[in-house]
Amino acid sequence: MEEYIPLLLTKYNYWVYITLMMIGLWAMIAKNNLVKKIVGMNIFQTAIILFYVSIGAKYGGTIPIIQHGPGHGHGAAQIKALAYINPLPHVLMLTAIVVSVATLGVALALVIKIHRRHRTLEEDEILEQLRES
Amino acid sequence: MLHSITPLLAVLASLAAVPFIILLKGRPNAREAVTFIAAGIKLILVASLLPAVLAGGEVEFTLAKVLPGAPLALRVDAFGLLFALVSSSLWIVTSAYSIGYMRGLDEHSQTRYFCFFAVALSATIGVAFSANLFTMYLFYEMLSLATYPLVTHHQDAEARSSGRKYLFYIMGASIALALPAMIITYQQTGTLAFSPTGILAGKVSPVMAGVLLFMFVFGFAKAGIIPVHSWLPAAMVAPTPVSALLHAVAVVKVGVFSILRIITGIYGVDLLKGLDLGMAVAWVAAFTIIVASLIALSQDGLKRRLAFSTIGQLSYIVLGLALLSPKGMTGGALHIAMHAFGKITLFMCAGAIFVATGKKNISQMTGIGKRMPWTMAAFLVGSLSVIGLPPTGGFISKWYLALGCLQAGSVALLVVLLVSSLLNAAYFLPIVYRAYFKPPVEAAWAEGRNEGPAAAWVPPLVTAACSLVLFFYPQPFLRLAQMAVAQLFGG
Amino acid sequence: MSEQYPALIVITPLLAALLVSAAGWLRPRLCFPLALAGLGAAAAAATGLLVQVLATGPVTYRLGGWEPPWGIAYYVDNLNAVVAALVAWVALFNLVASYRAVMTDYPEKIGPYYTLYVLAVTGMLGMVVTGDAFNLYVLLEITSLTGYALIGLGGGRAPLASLNYLFLGTIGASFYLLGVGYLYIVTGSLNMADLAKLLTPLYGSLALLAAFAITLVGLWMKMAFFPLHAWLPNAYGFAPAPTASLLAPLMTKVMVYVMIRIMISVFTVEFVLQEVLVGQLVVWLAVAAMVAGALFALGQRDLKRMLAYIVVAEVGYMVGGAWLGNRLGMTGAVLHLINDAVMTFCVFLAAGCIYQKTRGTSFEDLRGLFKKMPWTMAALAAGAMAIIGVPPTGGFFSKWYLIRGGLEAGHWGFVGALLFSSLINVVLFFRVFEIAFFEPSGGDDSHGGHGGHEEHGGAVALAEAPLSMLLPLMAAALGLIALGLATGPLVQKLILPIIPAGLG
Repeated sequence: MEEYIPLLLTKYNYWVYITLMMIGLWAMIAKNNLVKKIVGMNIFQTAIILFYVSIGAKYGGTIPIIQHGPGHGHGAAQIKALAYINPLPHVLMLTAIVVSVATLGVALALVIKIHRRHRTLEEDEILEQLRES
Repeated sequence: MLHSITPLLAVLASLAAVPFIILLKGRPNAREAVTFIAAGIKLILVASLLPAVLAGGEVEFTLAKVLPGAPLALRVDAFGLLFALVSSSLWIVTSAYSIGYMRGLDEHSQTRYFCFFAVALSATIGVAFSANLFTMYLFYEMLSLATYPLVTHHQDAEARSSGRKYLFYIMGASIALALPAMIITYQQTGTLAFSPTGILAGKVSPVMAGVLLFMFVFGFAKAGIIPVHSWLPAAMVAPTPVSALLHAVAVVKVGVFSILRIITGIYGVDLLKGLDLGMAVAWVAAFTIIVASLIALSQDGLKRRLAFSTIGQLSYIVLGLALLSPKGMTGGALHIAMHAFGKITLFMCAGAIFVATGKKNISQMTGIGKRMPWTMAAFLVGSLSVIGLPPTGGFISKWYLALGCLQAGSVALLVVLLVSSLLNAAYFLPIVYRAYFKPPVEAAWAEGRNEGPAAAWVPPLVTAACSLVLFFYPQPFLRLAQMAVAQLFGG
Repeated sequence: MSEQYPALIVITPLLAALLVSAAGWLRPRLCFPLALAGLGAAAAAATGLLVQVLATGPVTYRLGGWEPPWGIAYYVDNLNAVVAALVAWVALFNLVASYRAVMTDYPEKIGPYYTLYVLAVTGMLGMVVTGDAFNLYVLLEITSLTGYALIGLGGGRAPLASLNYLFLGTIGASFYLLGVGYLYIVTGSLNMADLAKLLTPLYGSLALLAAFAITLVGLWMKMAFFPLHAWLPNAYGFAPAPTASLLAPLMTKVMVYVMIRIMISVFTVEFVLQEVLVGQLVVWLAVAAMVAGALFALGQRDLKRMLAYIVVAEVGYMVGGAWLGNRLGMTGAVLHLINDAVMTFCVFLAAGCIYQKTRGTSFEDLRGLFKKMPWTMAALAAGAMAIIGVPPTGGFFSKWYLIRGGLEAGHWGFVGALLFSSLINVVLFFRVFEIAFFEPSGGDDSHGGHGGHEEHGGAVALAEAPLSMLLPLMAAALGLIALGLATGPLVQKLILPIIPAGLG
């Protein structure tokens, strides 16, 4: 048991993202309201974004803007990659956030269309209507 | 080995007619002229291959190399030419008969009918000329599909259920049995080319060889071996010309011919003899012969009786081939031709009676000989040929079959043949007797001869005459059969 | 020019989409020609690329001149060159066919429709040519988002079906993204070729297995691999006809391509065969997909929904073939990918033609269609033959390789399921043909014994789909036969060179 404790503590970012993912997934499956499902979906996507952001971070790292680059009168040899957090996952997540926003937009548009037709956003009521027709 | 495009042209001759038939659908006479021209060209093309093959050569043509070891290729040998000659020559007669029958009954959708008939003929010649199992399977399936609209031509409830049965047996068996058997064969040998010595020898275990053989025999359900036979009586809902050419000649013989190719081209005589599988197939065929003949006895619908008779006669061919003796195999191959001329006569007579009087059942045909003497005369000749009595072509093939039984040393199978011949006589001759020697059931029949449209009753007379001629001069079919068998036995 | 083909494949439709969008506001009449020009150029570039790749071997293209693994590289070999050409041409033909349908159904939404259409194709083409795992995710989402919108445009239950697809599709894409994240953690790279090099020493690591599994599950969700197929039948069944005939043939096939790419180019077949011990299980899932797809299809009373379930079964063919773990199975999977795209296109387009004329695709709407729409039905029959697997259509040959692969692997369940699925397909399609052939159209007495006789003399007028739909349909039907006859060169020249040597 004891050997797992450091695992839990040092890799807590994984546990956080998995927990968030499961919360989102649960909302998508269990919630009856379509908008709540969409919220769940967003939590799900955000969890993965957090995961990516967290893997780029490192202890003692600073934001990835070169402080003493060639333009500042010092040699390039002095740039220490270890001193900076990894920018790539963060850049990737900019794109992923855009994707997630776009998904949200499409989903909401669809929900509006569904609401116009069924006058409700509760899934069971919609299915009931479809069964009757 | 000769390379020539003629085999391909022979296959395509009828397919090429289809666009013209569709274009001319508003002008029936011109449309039927297209069918005749195509049939004539086809026969000429097939016959033009005869000299080369009789000289001992083979003609081949490769279309496309689709699978390694199994290209889309045609090859004309003696067996294939025999079958192609029978089919293409009878197509001409049937085309004339089709016109008489379809117009006599004022059938609908005649354009569709003639189109698919032409496609079916292409597929038949394709099977006859296939150089390998894959090409044969292609044309076999093409024939299955092209025949479906012909079988269901009437588009009524009965046609629908019969069409279902037809597809269930034919497509079901070919996909579930023949296709996997073919793929396994390919997997084991890397080729599917028909070879006189077979390709499977030494490549599969004895058990596997047996299983595969029966997958093929039952998979090619067009051969109508019990228990995959019951599509044939069902297919009798089709217009009679379809029953005549396709379900007495082309389609069913494609099934038998496929089995012929499996026995001679894939397994080879030696392998089957070595594993004793020939006798196993022979006894399956013998069972079919007897059972089908017994069922035929009890059928009142004339076409149904003919259908069961066909099932029995097809197994004669399979039996002859499975004897694996030179005489038996000659007889089997020859029976493809002889039975074709006899049985097509009988079907065309049945159709002629239906066109002239509207009768379908044997019990209603008592005394019809007064009304339709020529038709019934043709029927008599056809019956004799199928029973195997002289002076008809059927006698010759049965004679060879009987000799083949003795050559293979199986008296029991000879007895089967004889019993079956008696049964054949028992279900055919009473029809003729009742027609000529009993008083007509319908008063109008006594008034004199009226055989309906000439295009419906002349064609059976022609084929009946052919049956008679074939007794005295069974060439070129006998020569082709003997040549093909001689090749198998290394002669 | 020719060295720019990989970029042109993606850039031209992307620019065209922008122009179409602008034209939608200003001159809606220009939308269709612009879309046609964009996809036409993409199809030309894809064809040129295919010829080039066949002649000189794989092509690596550096976007913006950045060196991989830092920049995004497009990597094109035989496999994606042929898939790209396939996607571009099918999309182009479907675009031509969609013209009349969109004019009839969405006259006021021409601009948005064609913008979404061209963007969806851009995404698919991008997914096919890209050599970058994350770039693939972005393009995947471009296709998916436009796809949801294209489906949601339909009336009736389409928006709800689309929303369900969106939920499951997003989960699928997120899983893929997560899997890529794990790969990035262990390697620090996103370039596929680079990944392949960096991963080899890491085989055996649990993280790698997890990455592989998560990626695959995401992709399976996107391709509707049983049992993750729940979104597909409704989404494709209720989608507008031209949308269904775009997405059904292409989307699943592109995802299968991506799966194969991940299996053979990012990971290696050695990894898939030796490290992943569930290969057999995946094949059994494929068996379940084929059987379940066939049985569900039997339960449908609507042509499009029936076809949608057939797509579920067909996905099983391809995934199963790829996972059999031998050369024949993989050949069959790739060959079937090509053939299935064309045959699914053919049958969905035929359904679109039928919808155009009868305003419905339920079985009741199909009555008497052989008389009314003989050409459409002939094409549907050709597509059906390919799906059943009748030679000489392409479907026969891909099934041939798949069955041989199954036999070689000794996987009798897979062989049996393939044959079973073929038999059920016979039943499915001939049930449709029976209705169209035997039951007179518009009749209340569907069992009139001699319905055919009454129609004698052409009482039922021909009511064929417009030529702009029929010609692409005929092209697809003939393409099926052409593909079948070209199987020899297709396998020898195109597919065998890309099958990794590790497959026995």
